[in-house]
Amino acid sequence: MANKVIVETTINGDPVELLCEPRQSLLEVLRDVLELTGSKEGCLTGDCGACTVVIDGRPVCSCLMLGVEAAGKQISTVEGLASGTALHVLQQKFLEHASLQCGICTPGFLMSAKALLDHNPNPTEAEIRYALAGNLCRCTGYDKIVRAVTDAAATMAGRSRPAHGAVPAETASGMTGEMLAKGEVK
Amino acid sequence: MASDQSPEFKVIGTRPVRPDGIDKVTGRAKYGADYALPGMLHGKVLRSPHAHARIRSINVERALRLPGVKAIVTGADFPEVKGVMAQVGELIVNTHYLSLNVMARDKTLYDGHAVAAVAATSKHIAEEALELIEVDYEVLPPVMTAEEAMRPDAPVLLEELRTRLMTHRTDPGSPEGPDRPSNVPGHIRFERGDLAAGFRAADFVVEREFVTAAVHQGYIEPQNALAVYGADELVTIYCSTQGAFNVRTLTSSVLGIPEGRIRVVPAEIGGGFGGKTTVYLEPVAALLAKKSGRPVKMVMTRAEVLRATGPTSGIKARVKIGATRNGQITAAEVWLAYEAGAFPGSPFAPGAMCTLAPYNIENLRIDSFDVVVNRPKVAAYRAPGSPASAFACECVIDELAEQCRLDPLEFRLRNASHEGTPQPAGPAFKKIGLVETLEAIRASDHYRAPLEGPSRGRGVACGFWFNGGLQSSAVVNIHSDGSVSVVTGSVDIGGTRATQAMIVAETLGVPVEDVRPVVADTDSIGQTDVTGGSRTALATGMAVLEAANDALAQLISRAAKLWDKKPNEVVFAEGTFRPADGGAPPMTLRQLAGRLARTGGPVVGRATVNAGAVGAVGNAFATVCVDVEVDPDTAKVRILRCTIAQDVGRALHPAYVEGQLQGALAQGIGWALNEEYFYDQKGTLRNFGLLDYRMPTCLDLPMIETLVVEVPNPHHPLGVRGVGEVGIVPPMAAVANAIYRAVGVRMAELPMSPPRLLKAMLATRAEPFEEQATAAD
Repeated sequence: MANKVIVETTINGDPVELLCEPRQSLLEVLRDVLELTGSKEGCLTGDCGACTVVIDGRPVCSCLMLGVEAAGKQISTVEGLASGTALHVLQQKFLEHASLQCGICTPGFLMSAKALLDHNPNPTEAEIRYALAGNLCRCTGYDKIVRAVTDAAATMAGRSRPAHGAVPAETASGMTGEMLAKGEVK
Repeated sequence: MASDQSPEFKVIGTRPVRPDGIDKVTGRAKYGADYALPGMLHGKVLRSPHAHARIRSINVERALRLPGVKAIVTGADFPEVKGVMAQVGELIVNTHYLSLNVMARDKTLYDGHAVAAVAATSKHIAEEALELIEVDYEVLPPVMTAEEAMRPDAPVLLEELRTRLMTHRTDPGSPEGPDRPSNVPGHIRFERGDLAAGFRAADFVVEREFVTAAVHQGYIEPQNALAVYGADELVTIYCSTQGAFNVRTLTSSVLGIPEGRIRVVPAEIGGGFGGKTTVYLEPVAALLAKKSGRPVKMVMTRAEVLRATGPTSGIKARVKIGATRNGQITAAEVWLAYEAGAFPGSPFAPGAMCTLAPYNIENLRIDSFDVVVNRPKVAAYRAPGSPASAFACECVIDELAEQCRLDPLEFRLRNASHEGTPQPAGPAFKKIGLVETLEAIRASDHYRAPLEGPSRGRGVACGFWFNGGLQSSAVVNIHSDGSVSVVTGSVDIGGTRATQAMIVAETLGVPVEDVRPVVADTDSIGQTDVTGGSRTALATGMAVLEAANDALAQLISRAAKLWDKKPNEVVFAEGTFRPADGGAPPMTLRQLAGRLARTGGPVVGRATVNAGAVGAVGNAFATVCVDVEVDPDTAKVRILRCTIAQDVGRALHPAYVEGQLQGALAQGIGWALNEEYFYDQKGTLRNFGLLDYRMPTCLDLPMIETLVVEVPNPHHPLGVRGVGEVGIVPPMAAVANAIYRAVGVRMAELPMSPPRLLKAMLATRAEPFEEQATAAD
């Protein structure tokens, strides 16, 4: 009796066919099946955000979603954030502002911040804090993370359009609130 | 105050991007759980559901029959380990109890205590197998707090324990009290002067009791280990740890395998804060690997991290301090009891040594007790022992300042320790920067800004931590293209690769980007103690500096050889070698590096240091100022503004120094306001997830202002003191003192969570609120 299911999905722009058990979370599939270990496991209960990926434009805790639910979705992970060897502005700003100490939460923060900036290119400090409240960092006290995201937004706004993954403006309003309820996002 | 760059340095004091940065923002960096090997099995631990129980029997037959299960170990598979008090880095470890903590034998001593472990072909099968293991427990009454455990009629956790009185931290102690089983294995006492006379001389005496909750380090990456046990009886362990050499030593003692047969490869580490200085999974994974003949990987769940890895102690404290009307402290008496968890070894001694360290007090007595309770064995947590005892004393100091009608900073300045002041444990301080941190806060924009509005208040507090020295090794390789690699055994937990590269670049006059730092495994570098004790920039930095200077001396000899000169006839400046007499054109380091083969082969600089005992080297102080607003209806505390001033000696990479200060203050705010364990009557942990063990999110905190104070450490070649820990010491009292000024309530218990604070606030109000007070309880 076969236990595994074939799932067709798109990860970082590439079509992917994978085989997973129905009980495996998306995080487990990313890490253990596809060897994309950039998404981290901190809690498996959706409380720490270290496993955040962006699915169809929304940040999702990949530990709260089953691998089989990835079928037909567009999934972005930290491995796909840079364009080749060119870092995303957020990655660059996290480095410039020393926004990481141990770095285990960094992939999740980057993906939550990317989802925020894709929908709201000019967030206030309060909006940034709200959008990142589902990601725990124990090292930094968040100060340098908030500064990096603020700076990234300013840098990206200085261009004619956001560097990566711009989304239509009409989806922007109210997104931060929805984004916090990551677990409910399908 | 720190300028970003001191004139005498070119690289030190600047803010280059960390060398491991790109790996860590692209997901490429390999943390412990990211390792995988062909044929690898997955291990899971069965944990006791009882806080205190005798194990009558364990039956693993059914679990072994589950397809995919390859090996099971229980306490019976572990060797008997004699109780040796081993100094392992900054820890003093009783190896017998360490072994019992790794795997229970006849008794389980806390909810979550490991009783068996399974290796299977998938983690899901391993989890299923755990449910098939039958353990017959005889449940015993648990003891959950220090106060209960110290009662003469309290249930005894470990029959063999007797109380021993110590007079210094490494004192084995002498028997105290009756020769009968005790839950209080350690008592340390420091005293000097005439306590009674001191209190008689006081115009004001404040005496209070305090309780602080146990809190967890809260690193985001759970513990993990991947072990390979070869047919050659060589064990290789990949894991996330603050100290690969600690893992080697401790695994060796738990398994009875010589250290030389164990190689530990430190992975990138996802936070530690002291909690990853010991072993939990490593010996278990190694034993499962031996039994199954295959690599075994184990990763804890968050619930396991909270149930079974070291928090820091909750404490009970009594503090009595007297002062004259003009604000001179005349006497202090402090009593502290630290919950050690299931086995002896709380930070009761450092807690006692730090608590009144900021003050010059002629007459004092400090008693501190190590108390075993049915909770997980505590592990180090950022300045272990100091934050809880500082909370107690700094709240009393604030109250005394108020009675003396003095500004709380002024009161502290009138009594502040400085060079020559005897520490509570006796030895006099060398050059320290407490006064400078107090004055930095007093002169800050924050402290000078008015704070207006109802239910708002400002509080300050200060604190002390030793900062470690200990052993480090470093190797500096000069490569033929002029690039340099620097190899150390110090795991990079917060940017220390960057500081090491900077020290090398500064010494050799090469661009910092040309220096590649490497964190080596235990076979590839000399003994290096933990990344902990605020010692990495300090002690490993010292080794790196010496290794770079060693390489430089060799380079100078090679240049001399090329020019047919003596080494003292070669001048090195700004990355360039030149003959003193100008008889030949100068050579850059890169040019010289290309000619090493012809002058005797590669240049490798080496250094090892023992930067001294814990407490002898860094000696750091911090002062924190916090503004709060208390919601009058819910008692939720909002942090409006916070500033930390800390004496770091010398800031090598100011951005990572600020980061340490900010992170420490943030953890302190969590400790002050939210974090605690909820155990039920049976001693079962009820909040074993990060939703209910509530650490600060970025919505809970404002920007964190840092004042990096630099009073150079005269005992370090670069003036470094170390920076990681002391920032967590003052925040709890600073928040409590701010809450007092906001709502007039002096909190004596941590955390000052809404239910606890609301109850205290309602108790001060008029009669009709009585009912609500009960409801809020």
